Amino acid sequence: MRKTALLIAAAALLGSVSAQAAEQAIHIDRQPWSFAGPFGTYDRAQLQRGYRVYKEVCSTCHSMKLVAFRNLAQPGGPGFTEAQAKTVAAEYKINDGPNDKGEMFERAGRVTDYFPSPDPNEQAARARFNGSLPPDLSVIAKARGVESGVLRGILNMFTQYQEGGPDYIYAYLTGYGKPPAGEELTPTQHWNSVFPGHKTQMPPPLTDGQVEYTDGTPATVSQYARDVSAFLMWAAEPHLEARKRIGFQVMIFLIVLAGLAYYTKKKVWADLH
Amino acid sequence: MSHSNYQPKNSVLAWIERRLPIFGFMHGSFVAYPVPRNLNYWWTFGGILSFMLGVQIITGVVLVMHYTPTSLEAFNSVEKIMRDVNYGWLLRYIHANGASMFFLAVYIHIFRGLYYGSYKEPREVLWILGVIIFILMMATAFMGYVLPWGQMSFWAATVITNLFSAIPVFGKSITQFLWGGYSVDEPTLQRFFALHYLLPFMIAGVVVLHIWALHHVGQGNPAGIDVKSDRDTVPFTPYATVKDNFALICFMILFAWFVFYIPNYLGHPDNYIPANPLQTPPHIVPEWYFLPFYAILRAIPNKLLGVVALFSSIIVLAFLPWLDTSKVRSARFRPLYKQFFWVLVVTCVGLGYLGSQPAEGIYVIVARILTAYYFLHFLVILPVLGYFETPKPLPKSISEPVLGKSGVAVGIGARAPRKN
Amino acid sequence: MSKTVTTEPTRRDFLYIATASVGAVGAAAVAWPIISSMNPDASVLAMSSTEVDLTPIAEGQIITVKWQGKPVFISHRTKKEIQEAENVKLSELPDPQPDSARVKKGKEEWLVVIGICTHLGCVPLGHEGEYGGWFCPCHGSVYDTSGRIRKGPAPLNLALPPYEFTSDKAIKIG
Repeated sequence: MRKTALLIAAAALLGSVSAQAAEQAIHIDRQPWSFAGPFGTYDRAQLQRGYRVYKEVCSTCHSMKLVAFRNLAQPGGPGFTEAQAKTVAAEYKINDGPNDKGEMFERAGRVTDYFPSPDPNEQAARARFNGSLPPDLSVIAKARGVESGVLRGILNMFTQYQEGGPDYIYAYLTGYGKPPAGEELTPTQHWNSVFPGHKTQMPPPLTDGQVEYTDGTPATVSQYARDVSAFLMWAAEPHLEARKRIGFQVMIFLIVLAGLAYYTKKKVWADLH
Repeated sequence: MSHSNYQPKNSVLAWIERRLPIFGFMHGSFVAYPVPRNLNYWWTFGGILSFMLGVQIITGVVLVMHYTPTSLEAFNSVEKIMRDVNYGWLLRYIHANGASMFFLAVYIHIFRGLYYGSYKEPREVLWILGVIIFILMMATAFMGYVLPWGQMSFWAATVITNLFSAIPVFGKSITQFLWGGYSVDEPTLQRFFALHYLLPFMIAGVVVLHIWALHHVGQGNPAGIDVKSDRDTVPFTPYATVKDNFALICFMILFAWFVFYIPNYLGHPDNYIPANPLQTPPHIVPEWYFLPFYAILRAIPNKLLGVVALFSSIIVLAFLPWLDTSKVRSARFRPLYKQFFWVLVVTCVGLGYLGSQPAEGIYVIVARILTAYYFLHFLVILPVLGYFETPKPLPKSISEPVLGKSGVAVGIGARAPRKN
Repeated sequence: MSKTVTTEPTRRDFLYIATASVGAVGAAAVAWPIISSMNPDASVLAMSSTEVDLTPIAEGQIITVKWQGKPVFISHRTKKEIQEAENVKLSELPDPQPDSARVKKGKEEWLVVIGICTHLGCVPLGHEGEYGGWFCPCHGSVYDTSGRIRKGPAPLNLALPPYEFTSDKAIKIG
């Protein structure tokens, strides 16, 4: 009894302290993602649209060094065919070499190549962007997250909430606006409601109608942001579908095994008395 | 010591047995070995921990085959494991979450020892070996966390190695020695890699001693009284084996939940950002299993004393057999100690929470109170309690309360061997 | 030990066997990812072709290119070398194979072989040995101008990689 009372008191204390902490945190809405939950899978069409947004918008400034063209055609991904992945690769010019004469040369991309970076090196990128570096997007969806208080955090363990990255990216891409009165921005800063400190160096990247969608999906900033967030989640976690599929099989197996082990245990101990 | 006169019937095994009595040894240790019949499920974590050590070593060896310990390639090679290596994502997630599961199990194991007085005579050496294993585990986990060479890896390495800079006079030379340079860099990564591979095998060695000591003095039990006759025990196989087995499978379900569904839940997003020696993340936190110790470190405003408090909070466990002056082992028969035990549990959880919060305002004050209480528990309450506390009457033997008036003398957790 | 006589041995035995066999299936399933992880990974499997421009290779010259981490010899054979290769009686060969089966039709001057001795994996030296082809310094295997084994411990001819002419003067291996 006393134990329970003690635990409740402790939980209440932690709860109130954490509530105080959560108040300071920026609120980020959760989005309905097709890849959430134990049976989640990527929406192929959404990943393909997200890829378009990435290619036409993000990739002009951001690199994505860890993703190869061949990944576009691998199972559990955007569902490009091998031929489509080849075509995508061939649209890129890749620096290769040195050749037999010791010179670097350009050639058309192959599926084994990785997405080329928009700048040759970090210094070049910083020179282009007033000293700040656009981060690589390969694992960005896992390198960002949403802060939650202790109780919410514990709940997340049971609800399998793992979509903090895409939620943040979506909120960031749609979070641009005018600074509140009294906030001064330098010419290279932009006001963003979810960015830590609110002053980001990235100009609002998306505008309505900027990227052409051929499947009838509305060409809006919100839709672009949603699609590219999903695409970046796939880029960061390309084996998510296999993981969840195998996970379900493992769970079923372990539960059956646990049942058998329980009855074995019961049977063995039953004859002790 | 042998618990059986086992002789293999197969002539080949018998031939070997005459030259190396390994089958008799195994039989004596894992089949005939007598365990108290009243062990509850809190006693299954030793087996679970052995399993976790095996999992970490096996997955670790395979991961090493694909990992490159250089500052330029470490991050990318881990990502290559996640993306290109067949089932690499699975092996890495098992290894990363396995560390957390290992610590979860070891904390349960330690608190079980605290509750049931497992450190008391004649199990002092057994307990101290356990403390050594715990320290080795912390070193191994810390160095392993550095290997992916993300932002958290890098800054964890920087902060923790800087603890040694608090040592008067020699601090600076010791940290430079640890780094192999003027800051955490490639030499640091490579030596951490070498040691991360070495230490688990040292842990395995100490585990052998731990089990040896255990089998020599025999297992404690929830009643905390000595085994008096054969009626008090059951053979390890099948009784303990099937029970350990069931507990292990339940533990694996929890493990699988993390690996397959929330593999990054216990990690920090910043560790998916490659290490950058020029920029510290705004809010660095260690892995959850270090948080209570981190809170103790930050609670003390003086650098040297903070480090001393951190190390003392672990070392104090080794002196526990002599700090606790009560002759009664199990908290079941120590009404006051039982309450203080739960206060300690809450203190440790509270410190863990505070370790994850920024070191400012109310957090620091609460952390100081809890840190003070942590040491108070071990250094004052336990020694004094032995003199003032009136323990409840102890049962005559292990088999009596179980077989006799069932349910009366049997407390929480001792449900296992009840007739069904 | 206080073990008493069991009353239902069959049911307990059944549970033992069932649990143990399901557990064994699980252990086997767990072993697979560990073993599989040592197979070539996705990036290695994808890197399967090499393109070579043949223009700079002079007649009588042998160059070595790397394909899947292995040496591939590309020999621009002279008229004499081609003739020597074509005139050998198949019965004289330890691993009988006509020269025509080892080159592309109409491209007889180009011999493309994997440069690994079929004995124990050394790399043979070009334009060496009594048949003017290759000579392996490790254990003395001798190959002719078609890369066929003629003498020594190697059992087979130098292997042919899959390749095709992408133009008159360029090939793609793999």
